[in-house]
Amino acid sequence: MEINKRKEKDVVVVSVSGRIDAVTAPDFEKNLSESIGDGEKTFLIKMNQLEYISSAGLRSILAIAKVLKTREGKMVFSELHGPVKDVFKISGFGSIFTIYDTEEDALKQC
Amino acid sequence: MDDNVQSIIVLAHLSSLQKSVAFISSFTRNVGFDSRRLSEIELCVEEVLVNIFNYAYPGESGEVKISCRTGPEGTLTIEIVDSGIPFNILSSDDPDISLNIDERHIGGLGIYFVKQLMDRVEYRRENNKNVLSMINKSVGVSRPVDK
Repeated sequence: MEINKRKEKDVVVVSVSGRIDAVTAPDFEKNLSESIGDGEKTFLIKMNQLEYISSAGLRSILAIAKVLKTREGKMVFSELHGPVKDVFKISGFGSIFTIYDTEEDALKQC
Repeated sequence: MDDNVQSIIVLAHLSSLQKSVAFISSFTRNVGFDSRRLSEIELCVEEVLVNIFNYAYPGESGEVKISCRTGPEGTLTIEIVDSGIPFNILSSDDPDISLNIDERHIGGLGIYFVKQLMDRVEYRRENNKNVLSMINKSVGVSRPVDK
């Protein structure tokens, strides 16, 4: 798993590639928690290069989302595809989170 | 037609995850599952293993045996065996996936994936071991996710 972060106005755009599994999920959570610690409140998670996510990854996402909610922040997603899209669908995460087709669409709404 | 069987034994620890998934992927790819089905199988294997790594051997170390077998009718059986505390994943409750962020509980999703995505899942307790079989049929045919 690789994470690249950049800032677009008030939004932290997080590009995550590779696999978020039980081994890498804690790193993902830690990375985003650090940004929250720095005062960031709005996150767009770009998943066009994410090949795989397991329940450990969803658990990290949910944990971060719960923290953000208490700070009046939010996390949205874009460009889900293949197995990642399927996992979001089966888990119901596709309904509880806002998912955009493109980064551009997401940034317009954030 | 002879059955094709391969197995590995790994330490029941998170550090064994990537090796275990790679073993399953390589076997599954060779018997002709498409990439989508392969990914679903990898996911379910991870979920079962992580559950064992985290809960089967509290306070002690243990092993997990992972076997892959192709059957005569194009079935792929993945058998995961541990000697840890008895646990039947089929008896666990499904999470409520309709809850929102605040209400949603962390956990329970992994086993739910296994029940949803594998064609058949069987559990038995045998010789003080947990034996879990995930059976997938129709090699090379992907099953739609919508149910």
